[in-house]
Amino acid sequence: MSGIPHDKYEPKSPFAKWLHVRLPIASLVYDTLMIPTPKNLNWWWIWGIVLAFALVMQIITGVILAMHYTPTAEGAFASVEHIMRNVNGGWALRYVHMNGASLFFMAVYIHIFRGLYYGSYKAPREITWIIGMLIYLMMMATGFLGYVLPWGQMSFWGATVITGLFGAIPFIGEAIQTWLLGGPAVDNATLNRFFSLHYLLPFVIVGLVVVHMWAFHTTGNNNPTGVEIRRGSKEEVEKDTLPFWPYFVIKDLFALVVVLAIFVAVIWTMPNYFGHPDNYIIANPLVTPTHIVPEWYYLPFYAILRAFTADVAIVQLVSWVTGGIVDAKFFGVIAMFGSIFVMALVPWLDTSRTRSGTYRPMFKYFFWLLVIDFMVLMWAGAMPAEPPYSIISLIGAAYWFGYFLIILPVLGLVEKAKTPPATIEEDFDALHKPDAAE
Amino acid sequence: MFKKTILSALVAVGLSTGSIAFAVERQIEDFDFSFEGPFGTFDKFQLQRGLQVYTEVCAACHGLQYVAFRTLGDEGGPELEADQVKAYAAQFDVYDADLDEDRAAKPADKFPMSGFDGAPDLSLMAKARAGFSGPYGLGINQVIKGMGGPEYIASLLSGYTGEEKEEAGSTFYQNTAFPGGWIAMAPPLEEDLVEFRDGREASVSFMAQDVAAFLMWTAEPKMMVRKETGFLVFVFLVFLASLLYLSNKRLWAPHKYKD
Repeated sequence: MSGIPHDKYEPKSPFAKWLHVRLPIASLVYDTLMIPTPKNLNWWWIWGIVLAFALVMQIITGVILAMHYTPTAEGAFASVEHIMRNVNGGWALRYVHMNGASLFFMAVYIHIFRGLYYGSYKAPREITWIIGMLIYLMMMATGFLGYVLPWGQMSFWGATVITGLFGAIPFIGEAIQTWLLGGPAVDNATLNRFFSLHYLLPFVIVGLVVVHMWAFHTTGNNNPTGVEIRRGSKEEVEKDTLPFWPYFVIKDLFALVVVLAIFVAVIWTMPNYFGHPDNYIIANPLVTPTHIVPEWYYLPFYAILRAFTADVAIVQLVSWVTGGIVDAKFFGVIAMFGSIFVMALVPWLDTSRTRSGTYRPMFKYFFWLLVIDFMVLMWAGAMPAEPPYSIISLIGAAYWFGYFLIILPVLGLVEKAKTPPATIEEDFDALHKPDAAE
Repeated sequence: MFKKTILSALVAVGLSTGSIAFAVERQIEDFDFSFEGPFGTFDKFQLQRGLQVYTEVCAACHGLQYVAFRTLGDEGGPELEADQVKAYAAQFDVYDADLDEDRAAKPADKFPMSGFDGAPDLSLMAKARAGFSGPYGLGINQVIKGMGGPEYIASLLSGYTGEEKEEAGSTFYQNTAFPGGWIAMAPPLEEDLVEFRDGREASVSFMAQDVAAFLMWTAEPKMMVRKETGFLVFVFLVFLASLLYLSNKRLWAPHKYKD
């Protein structure tokens, strides 16, 4: 939009001129679709479209599911079975919605790590990053609320454990927990409000997504080199970019359809693989599952939550300093939210002046170690809270915080980065221009 | 009454651990069911035999509260004839709220619920017991070997060793598939307990497999249509992706100096 010089919308027909004076909506659509986009974007830049699609898909399937769903403790489980058995195409709606959450989170994780590697969070894109983190938090909340709705054993006990986290807050925790649940324990009131909020939050996400896009349309996309588009004149811009339509729309659509083919293959062959079998057992307040596991996409943070047990030195220290106000449970909660908070602060923690990780020889290793760390935490989060898994979680959590709080600030000062190409055009031509390769 | 409560509690505790991947090493046999794999289908004759075992054995204690009788005639299920469905339903009594009394069930009704608390409903058992997912809990067995709830159910039903013990006034039976090794359910199957009309030998293993297959159907009655539709949509998407790939290539060619 602003910033990058490019062709602007010109109303041509009399109606278009009439409308443009009153509501410049055609101009908005035109400028959004024709935004100059760095032509060297690689395939890691397709996940935004996948995410936009997943959001719309979840809303559409969700709205239809809500037509057949009963949000009461007595009827919820049976109504999901009613959808699976009696509603026309209900099994498909439900499996798409259920696995859609997994697709959504897989895409968001790749999208986030893409941003972390290519330094997409760095100035001037901090707001885009912060809004993105807010979207991610909203997604976590929405996913959690939605998982409670089928009212299976994991729904019930997951809700009990997660709302219990708020109960760990000193002094006011219990009151907050009761307020969230609508009573002393997870029950009908909880299910009612979770259903209401599960319907509301996706639309909050839609709003945030619009702001997210507004922000990065203002700054322009980052790209694999991290080099900014030359903005001196329209001609310069055209050397570095191609308009979003049709070049990136078609490219992204191709990628989206490939991803959807895999998504459909999962529903076709193993629709329950990402779920937990216990959720096909109706919620029973009297029977606690031996092993309460959240959905896979929460596992890394669940591992961090459980890593800080009472026998960890730093927990004991903090507990002693605060006179026992911060106990192990509350420490774990702080650590879990903190792990996302430090990620949100990364624009100010990363001191390197080189934006893209491609030109940072040392950063690369630490980055990929972070990716591995994330996977290990995910696995450890699914394991019982006992040695050796608790130790592994603790090491994983330490690296997570170390990466953002120590490695990134220090690395920017000590690392000697390579020089990125001067322009996006240079980078693109080095890949594609026949004589440039020689 | 008190005894029964204890029994239910113990059963409940036992069952709650039923889907845990990290329990003691259990012997779950990897049966070759016809419905495994991306193109696997239900064998309607096996489902009919399984229905017979369910009716003559399991139904004494267990229920199928989410399954409607009419679905027994649905495509991709046991595919009973309409009059068979009607006759089958009629042998069960259901409570009719309008009449405020029990009457013979009609096809539109659902199977009765479990007779007592200790016997869990079996409608979704094949999906609820699919959680022995192989080494390190990565779900390898499920993906590679196609092992799931039906394997567990069949292994459980044929996994009694014959040993029993008394504990807190209840009898427990040793079972090689059940987590913890001791189950409150007495061995339900024995050689020739039912007589299959198609002449299939009524061994414990065969009956166990047939009823496990039937319970897979009750848990996932739309499996066949899911696999058919899923495959078609997949093929369509692959085709669409190829078209988009070619369009994209063509579109970018001039800018990549390939024209």
